[in-house]
Amino acid sequence: MFLFLLLENWIPFAPEQGSSVAETVDWLYVFLVSLTIFFGVAISLTIFYFAMRYRRRSDDEYPDSIEGSHKLEALWIGIPFAIVMVIFWWGASVYFTVFRQPTDPLDIYVVGKQWMWKFQHPDGQREINELHVPLGRRIKLTMGTEDVIHSLFVPAFRVKADVVPGKLTSIWWEPIKTGKYELYCAEYCGTKHSGMIGYVIVQEPAEYQAWLSGGAGGGSLASNGEKLFSQLACNSCHKTDQSGRGPALEGRFGKSEALQAGGTVTIDENYVRESIVNPRAKIVAGYDPVMPTFQGLVSEEQLLQLIAYIKSLGDKKPGELPGGTATPTTAQPSAAKPAPEQPKPSTPTPAVPNKK
Amino acid sequence: MIEATEAKLKQVEPRTHYLNANYGIKSWLLTIDHKRIALLYLASITVFFFLGGAFALMIRLELLTPKGDIMTPDAYNKMFTMHGIVMIFFFLIPAIPAVLGNFLLPLMLGAKDLAFPKINLLSWYVYNLGAIFTLYAIIAGGVDTGWTFYTPLSVNSTSQVTPMAVGIFINGFSSILTGLNFIVTIHTMRAPGLTWFRLPLFVWAHYATSLIQILGTPVLAVTIVLLGIERIFGVGIFNASLGGDPVLFQHLFWFYSHPAVYIMILPAMGVISELIAAFSRKKIFGYSFVAFSSLAIAVYGFLVWGHHMFVSSQSVFAGMVFSFLSYFVAIPSAVKVFNWTATLFKGSISWDTPMLYAFGFIGLFIIGGMTGLYLAALGLDVHVHDTYFVVAHFHYIMVGGAVMAYLGGMHYWWPKITGRMYPEGWAKLSALLVFIGFNLTFFPQFLLGYQGMPRRYHEYADHFQVLNVMSTAGASILGVGYVLPMIYFIWSMRYGPIAKANPWPGSGLEWQTSSPPPTENFEETPTVTWDAYEFTKDNSRRYDVVKQGS
Repeated sequence: MFLFLLLENWIPFAPEQGSSVAETVDWLYVFLVSLTIFFGVAISLTIFYFAMRYRRRSDDEYPDSIEGSHKLEALWIGIPFAIVMVIFWWGASVYFTVFRQPTDPLDIYVVGKQWMWKFQHPDGQREINELHVPLGRRIKLTMGTEDVIHSLFVPAFRVKADVVPGKLTSIWWEPIKTGKYELYCAEYCGTKHSGMIGYVIVQEPAEYQAWLSGGAGGGSLASNGEKLFSQLACNSCHKTDQSGRGPALEGRFGKSEALQAGGTVTIDENYVRESIVNPRAKIVAGYDPVMPTFQGLVSEEQLLQLIAYIKSLGDKKPGELPGGTATPTTAQPSAAKPAPEQPKPSTPTPAVPNKK
Repeated sequence: MIEATEAKLKQVEPRTHYLNANYGIKSWLLTIDHKRIALLYLASITVFFFLGGAFALMIRLELLTPKGDIMTPDAYNKMFTMHGIVMIFFFLIPAIPAVLGNFLLPLMLGAKDLAFPKINLLSWYVYNLGAIFTLYAIIAGGVDTGWTFYTPLSVNSTSQVTPMAVGIFINGFSSILTGLNFIVTIHTMRAPGLTWFRLPLFVWAHYATSLIQILGTPVLAVTIVLLGIERIFGVGIFNASLGGDPVLFQHLFWFYSHPAVYIMILPAMGVISELIAAFSRKKIFGYSFVAFSSLAIAVYGFLVWGHHMFVSSQSVFAGMVFSFLSYFVAIPSAVKVFNWTATLFKGSISWDTPMLYAFGFIGLFIIGGMTGLYLAALGLDVHVHDTYFVVAHFHYIMVGGAVMAYLGGMHYWWPKITGRMYPEGWAKLSALLVFIGFNLTFFPQFLLGYQGMPRRYHEYADHFQVLNVMSTAGASILGVGYVLPMIYFIWSMRYGPIAKANPWPGSGLEWQTSSPPPTENFEETPTVTWDAYEFTKDNSRRYDVVKQGS
């Protein structure tokens, strides 16, 4: 069993290297293990040698005292300091690799819930405790939670991030080989914490496509978000032609906006989420704080759908007529329809979504 | 040699000392003698140590197999929560300061008592009042939040969080009172000639610890009050849907609980300095560096709490700062280890039990300390955070460090405390069993952690089993290693050979009075004309003949 563990990996007791960063993390680990072995053995042997060499021979043996030495102190303050700064720098650079946002990732949305992981693919597929992803793409998870703090952890990918109530967190990885990898909840989350496990299944792109088309779609994430957008009457204020009392959302995502209160904000997932549940927190300059909160009216999963929709508007230009260009979004016909039908609301109170 | 001493003692009149000065339960429960209060603490703390240990063995037994076969998930969650709470708040934090510190500080300073003897007694009652609430919470069904009480889980939990929080809140005052008492005592009650740089390093370590206790513990109190308000009134401090922030709790919690680690380890380092000096008969190499490293650790300890939160959605730059600062704690810790090692050079090293514990301490502390570097390294922490790697790391520091030092110190000062020697052979066996059992228990957990086994798991994947079996086997050896001293210490109180005033001999003032000391500690206030750890033939003989009898 041991031998097997040793032979399976080039680093003993390390999980499989399933992502592009795994090896980077392992190298830092190997460096630290070597350092620990070196200092551990060196100090232990020195102590053992002294303890043998200077073992008390007779009961009235009193050695001369040695005060100390500033030179030696400087040496063993200076050398460890240099070493730990190297570790700090190395650790930080690995961290930046792990956390720097990938370009053009495959966006998958995750909701943690006592005690399961719910995944939504951009094409609308949903799965629980299993996540299929294609090889050769960078996978980015945007994660929210319905209840307590969870933490998504895939040992083989060496990535982990807490999923915190009230905000969205994200992690990404690039799988480097196909296979089935264990996925854990690493933040203690109550009774069945240890049962909140699942698998990431990395497939060849073609296989993944086949898997995608096999599942019941029910509309893409963005189109579901769009339906919700009109159900909640968001489109009565956020009009595409900029005549609404809220800003048009086309072309906004990913951009930086000036705030009423001064400063700027990047329109990212977390800003959109905050603006839905707590709209008055950060008002974009030029608009009045009239938007009501949707806290409690939309579930965490619906929030992610709305965000996916607003994100999909990020590539368009404000004022662009819906359906006017050839952007191939399935959502477009339905985006065009409700707009004329909606009467101008007299109050900024939101329409309560139809709860089924 | 021992026979000669016994014969000598038989000739003199029965001596009055703090143990036989008064009899009866009232003479103990109302005592204001710091030495008796230390023994009261010893009794309370030992109860909690074995309670926490029993929880630990249940946990290890459950983890023998991958499936949850001996208890329900709920029972398991309560086991590890209460193991953590009991061990940290009711054993590790008070153990060395409240037992050894209480007993020894006035003796080492040449004082009659602590500055505030009644407050000292009060702190023991406060500890026990907190203990009553905690025991109530355990009996009434336990707590399942983990000892860290992370929100929102702890706000929503239907288990006995409130009485447990009250218990910890009250217990904190005991810690603050002890710290306050120590600081005032060290400042005002040093014997004539005992300057700051003649103090034993044990005293320096307790000074640094006391600073953390009085500065840090109030933050824990505030955190617990906020948690209570949140549970009872639901005002939304930590509730995101009401505009609060669940991560705020973690900041507050770790602002105390990281320095709390140093409340556990600094006194341990103080003990180890005493042991290394006494059993190599050498002045501690670089005395002032070791002394100031305690203060440095206390100060840095307050600046690094965020390294518990690298994956908590804390900003990348906050992570950088906390990682950077965390490495500064490594330096004074390394300084201590190097200076201890250098002290052995050309010493006269004996292999008595306390020294074996000190050697064990250094070995475990090197592993525990160096694995701290792994956790402070941002990119690596992302992988090992909240896995068994962390469990192994902090057990190496807190159990391998604090408990080894506590046991080493108990053996070293046992003759002073009770006037009796313990059986050396059994004691050496206990030191060996603790060292072997400890490593077998916790070393496999580093490997489990890097493999990815998350902590606080009731059931786990089959491929983690081999290492878990090793860990459980180690825990049973460790358990035996802990029970042994309990048995022979009690045995020695009645049957142990009578101890000399200064059996080792040690150099501190505590060895300048008889064993056990009289109620007033010294018959006359000693005047100090020598530096700490001056071991010479002459002064050791001088210590040997201090006023026995009378």
